[in-house]
Amino acid sequence: MSSVRVLVGTKKGAFVLSSDGKRKDWTVSGPFFAGWEIYHLKGSPVNPDRIYASQSSGWFGQVIQRSDDGGKTWLQPGAPIGENPAAWPPKPSNKFTYDSSDATGKPLTTHQWYDGTQHPWEFKRVWHMEPSLSDPNAVYAGVEDAALFKSTDGGESWSELSGLRGHGTGPHWQPGAGGMCLHTVIIDPSNEQRMYIAISAAGAFRTDDGCKTWKPINKGLVSPMMPNPTAEVGHCVHHVAMNGARPNVLFMQKHWDVMRSDDAGDNWREVSGNLPTDFGFVIDVHAHEPETIYVVPIKSDSEHFVPEGKLRVFRSRTGGNEWEALEKGLPQKDCYVNILRDAMAVDSLDKCGIYFGTSGGQVYASSDAGDTWAPIVRDLPAVLSVEVQTLA
Amino acid sequence: MTNQPAGGEHTIHVALPFHLRNLAGVGPEVELAVHAPITIGRTLDALEARYPMLRGTIREYHTGQRRPFLRFFACGEDWSHEPLDRELPEAVIAGRESLLVIGAIAGGSN
Repeated sequence: MSSVRVLVGTKKGAFVLSSDGKRKDWTVSGPFFAGWEIYHLKGSPVNPDRIYASQSSGWFGQVIQRSDDGGKTWLQPGAPIGENPAAWPPKPSNKFTYDSSDATGKPLTTHQWYDGTQHPWEFKRVWHMEPSLSDPNAVYAGVEDAALFKSTDGGESWSELSGLRGHGTGPHWQPGAGGMCLHTVIIDPSNEQRMYIAISAAGAFRTDDGCKTWKPINKGLVSPMMPNPTAEVGHCVHHVAMNGARPNVLFMQKHWDVMRSDDAGDNWREVSGNLPTDFGFVIDVHAHEPETIYVVPIKSDSEHFVPEGKLRVFRSRTGGNEWEALEKGLPQKDCYVNILRDAMAVDSLDKCGIYFGTSGGQVYASSDAGDTWAPIVRDLPAVLSVEVQTLA
Repeated sequence: MTNQPAGGEHTIHVALPFHLRNLAGVGPEVELAVHAPITIGRTLDALEARYPMLRGTIREYHTGQRRPFLRFFACGEDWSHEPLDRELPEAVIAGRESLLVIGAIAGGSN
């Protein structure tokens, strides 16, 4: 029988939530890496027992963790505990160095700071880990300050794919409230040479040549807070989602506005429709119905909690514009949580399961595509990310 | 290990904060063989060679400098802002006192 494993990153550790395909009864394991911020965990689609995790701390910096047994045990790739380092050449799995070399790199420019001045590019943390669709040893890391890194040895060492940072528009990129982060990495399952990334606040970019070159794909985005609201870059894109069955169709939750593209990001149009507010962070697509999408509206960019004290997921079965509130099983009174950009995921069971985590430490699940909800756990630390693995 | 074997090697005690102990899989304090002159820099070199999982967590990879929210103490004195190549106090070199690596009380993003 199928089962699911929900990987939850929080401000104080990681948790693994497991259930059978009924998704009613759950076991909770963790905290792993207790006390550390776990921005993201994600499993390899090739080998689901291999899971990569980004562990970070304002005190101690970035650490990469890997599990090869479905999250039961973890190691720092290249520096396993208990082994004599003299017996093997340790690899710096937590070393993320921007590639400014003449041979493969791009010059390290500055980017725009909050006050409009230029600021040096400085590595801070890994926001998102995206395992390859074909090689369990290959994994991408989206980092702050924005850049894309890749490991081909299971996370033991990392190299920057500098074509993105060196695109040339870097001096116009700027940090959002959370920092200048590359938070979204999407690989086209029909063509792994094509990938999408999104940066807050630079916008969305696409490569068609396996990360050598990138182009901004922000035409149609309008950001009134920018001096030029339709500029090529500078937009605060919060998240992008794709259903792999239709890889040219993308959905975006921008700072404000929910957007849709039908041509691989070349052009976008707004589909916010009747949402109560079109500010938000998460967006995701039903696993089997590519026109069914989910968002959680947040009151505003100044008030990062759900409107009216009600936690509601909004679902559109028409690819946007027409939205219905999903609230059965969710608190509808005195609720003031936020749902961050990487904190929603869908499984591939039938019916499709939807999962999201809140700043209040709840992780909610729906086993009927959003019609009804129930908490898996209520009292974790603030949730930073949620991913789900559908296991055979 | 004796404290003053041949070749100017000394046994230096280093106390680590909770999270770094967990990363390295060690107790509150580690013993390291460090060649004279005994400085914070040489002691951290030895620490990172023995426990490579700690590389980048105390000193920045790119600058080699102490991470901003960590502090160094020795013999009750704050060594956080001393040059990394200044020789540590005799009591640390003799093994009677430890070099303390401490997380700043305020710091981090939470």
